[in-house]
Amino acid sequence: MGAFLSKWKLPALMLGPFIVLISLFFFLPVLLIGILAFTNMDSAMRWDFNGVANFLKFATDPNILLILKNTVMYVGMTLLLNVLFGLALGILTTYFVQKESIGLVFRTIWMLPRISPPVVYILLWLWFFDPSSYGVLNSFRAIFDMPPAEWLTTHPMTAVVLANGLVGASFGMIIFSSAIKSIPQDLFQAARVDGASQWSIIQDIIIPALRWPLMFVTLWQFLSLLTSYEYILLLTKGGPLFESEVLALYSYHKAFQNFEFGYGAAVSLILVLIALIFSFIMWKFFGMKKMLGSSRIE
Amino acid sequence: MELSNEQKITVPVGSTVSKWKKRIPYIIAYGVLGVCTLPIILMYVWLLLSSFSEKMEYGFIPVNFTLENWQFLWMNVEHGGGTLPSIWTATWNSFVFSGTLTILEVIIGVMAGYALARMEFPGRQAIMKMTLLLHAFPSVALLIAVFYILNFMGLFDSLWGVVLVKTALQIPMTAWIIKGFFDDVSWDVEWAGLIDGCNRFKVWYSIVLPLIKPGIAAVSIFSFLSGWSEFLLLYTFILSDENVTLSSYLQKLISDPNMVNYGLLSAVSLFYMLPVLIFFIFTQKSLMQVSAGGGKRV
Repeated sequence: MGAFLSKWKLPALMLGPFIVLISLFFFLPVLLIGILAFTNMDSAMRWDFNGVANFLKFATDPNILLILKNTVMYVGMTLLLNVLFGLALGILTTYFVQKESIGLVFRTIWMLPRISPPVVYILLWLWFFDPSSYGVLNSFRAIFDMPPAEWLTTHPMTAVVLANGLVGASFGMIIFSSAIKSIPQDLFQAARVDGASQWSIIQDIIIPALRWPLMFVTLWQFLSLLTSYEYILLLTKGGPLFESEVLALYSYHKAFQNFEFGYGAAVSLILVLIALIFSFIMWKFFGMKKMLGSSRIE
Repeated sequence: MELSNEQKITVPVGSTVSKWKKRIPYIIAYGVLGVCTLPIILMYVWLLLSSFSEKMEYGFIPVNFTLENWQFLWMNVEHGGGTLPSIWTATWNSFVFSGTLTILEVIIGVMAGYALARMEFPGRQAIMKMTLLLHAFPSVALLIAVFYILNFMGLFDSLWGVVLVKTALQIPMTAWIIKGFFDDVSWDVEWAGLIDGCNRFKVWYSIVLPLIKPGIAAVSIFSFLSGWSEFLLLYTFILSDENVTLSSYLQKLISDPNMVNYGLLSAVSLFYMLPVLIFFIFTQKSLMQVSAGGGKRV
């Protein structure tokens, strides 16, 4: 028993803080969400169990259809923008721009939105869509003698998708560029000697090599888009009314604006379940077990 | 998706006759890249110009140089009916928040990363799988439960509470990246130390750790910046003015409907972004590699 303890004392000691933190802020919350979803807890913080009432409320919520539609639109359109833009940028900056340093400059600029604090990044978009004549879009309209338009009120979803799409593109860009860099150069040379056009080089060499990165980026971004709402919260607050509200933001609003913690937790639970199913698919798909080879020593 | 740092520069081969024809795709590629990238550059240039000018003609042509927008550095800003806390309070809070986050994350991450990379103990596989899964877990969906836990611990509206939450949310990723760095250290080095009579802990502390210093530096910068940029957690869990951080400070200014002063907003934004920009300019190459390859290093 003594030997048993002394052998695993060190790993236990080193992993201890890690385990405590993730138990406290990952496992316990999952458990809590699971329980809270069946209560009608409000700002009084009392545990009153009400069975599946929250889920019934969810099913009959008058706003839910619009919110679900928004969620699908937001995730779908942003994902499309992310992946396509990321792919285009990856190919352009690594394959077409032959000088590595220039490619890096372009990639660095595209990283700017990602490294900017969200509040600053959203300020730039607020200025872009500003309803007064100072906004970028409205000053273009002014050139053609058109009155300023309230873009964020009339096209909230478009604004949300654009703002998120631009940030997300850099994620795909980085993954794709490193994948393109790892394609052996002789493949490209052989193709050029054989007289292949640029289009067929992209289609027959680059895209097949990017098959796994493409799937990875799509699934990964899908998961993060489904549950992310930081930029929407800052840009439109889900409004006007529920025009740009998505499921994740709805749960947040229910909990921290209306203080319906129980109902908010129920919406969260639904989201977490969807995300877990997709995480599981990702897990199976990418054979992440390969990365878990046993420790090299002992 | 391994990263290869070497990239050969290839020159299209071909006769001089078709040389120009071969170049057309490259010219188009540069053009597309330039046109797409320009708006991003312009937006950040606007941020700079707007902070130093009295007003912007048509939204983006600066008029009259002034330092008036930078007055917030020595005078408290009037906001709504009241006065915002001093910018230096917010800066100090942001600094404390990011600094504590970095220290916690690096210490816990290094310990856990080493244990995962080099030690054999029951449940190792399970912990590794969990770490990878948590990496993709929709943690923002758990905010309701996290709120309950913070409230229970008496850490609501306290920067320390938010630091703990943020550390927990990032630690799976950090531990995984650091594990990758440890994996790269040759076991022979460690073995030599053990033969010379050091114990396991001493070998770790005085031989292995110095070898992964560059990795630790990269992770530190990464976590400092993500703490500096954090908005959502601080916005949700911090209420009082004395705990205001730069992101909430800026958000308060932005969300005031009565005061759309882009000069002031852009000056505060620039002030807020300064550390991010400085770090980014000096370290962007290694940062981009960490964010691309970190999770995939085995």
